[in-house]
Amino acid sequence: MTAALALGDDALVLSHRLGEWAGHAPVLEEEVALANIALDLLGQARVLLSLAGDEDELAYLREERAFRNVQLVEQPNGDFAHTIARQLYFSTYQELLYERLARGGGPFAPLAAKAVKEVAYHRDHAEHWTLRLGDGTAESHERMRVALESLWRFTGELFEPVEGCEVEWDTLHTAWLARLTSVLERATLAVPEGPRRGAWAAGAGRQGVHTESFGRMLAEMQHLHRSHPGATW
Amino acid sequence: MSGGPSGAWPLWEVFVRSRRGLSHTHAGSLHAPDAEMALRNARDLYTRRSEGVSIWVVPSTAVTASSPDEKDPFFEPSADKPYRHPTFYEIPEGVQHL
Repeated sequence: MTAALALGDDALVLSHRLGEWAGHAPVLEEEVALANIALDLLGQARVLLSLAGDEDELAYLREERAFRNVQLVEQPNGDFAHTIARQLYFSTYQELLYERLARGGGPFAPLAAKAVKEVAYHRDHAEHWTLRLGDGTAESHERMRVALESLWRFTGELFEPVEGCEVEWDTLHTAWLARLTSVLERATLAVPEGPRRGAWAAGAGRQGVHTESFGRMLAEMQHLHRSHPGATW
Repeated sequence: MSGGPSGAWPLWEVFVRSRRGLSHTHAGSLHAPDAEMALRNARDLYTRRSEGVSIWVVPSTAVTASSPDEKDPFFEPSADKPYRHPTFYEIPEGVQHL
């Protein structure tokens, strides 16, 4: 199932990236918040990948080219502003997508109806940090601006239609941009202007083409299972 | 994490109501830059295993506490007045939360 893989890989890969903050987050409270979001996403990934096949096999034994996640979610954590910008772009998209999938009544409706409440919290968390970083100090504003711009070229891919998702992608995109614009305005930031599609934009993750750092992330995520197949504790 | 930003952030006391009908009880404390974030941090730290239906956060500086030095004048006089304790009647069956 193409769609289950695409949505499941989005959740799995972003979950792993957020998990990388464990032990490194700026404050203990934020570390728990990020781990919480990571666990929500992992739960979604397990349901989605189980629809597509054996969840462990899919997560731990696939090669890089077989992953169908968008390139946005595999981008390295960077500084805290990069993590928040990535989360803002993705959670806003995921909430709108899951709302539509929940209403649509297709195979993902039960998961989407449950997960949309989790994702609304992820989006809220990212928005609150965006407001504080954007409208904070000169340095936090600058870091948030740089993060939003450097990840902008990965956002076009979010709205490439996914086979098996009965969703109006154009209106999804319009709603995403409206929501994002209102948050960034309140945060005294601007919506980036760079390209999001075409030759100068990134994004072919849904076709299995990934960015450089993704291979290293997968190696770390998969090595235990590959070294000790079937290990339990 | 000492010396990090949390050192500069104010401390908040967290009160969680576990069920409707019960009162908010003190769950712990945390650091946060402002009340909104304190509420969200409290949600993540103290209600992740569905412990709550409502949260209050209060700046720790807003709490006026009794001092250990005042323990005797504050609390000791009540110890020898058993007539203040409601122990002289039976509690009817089925009364909860008493």
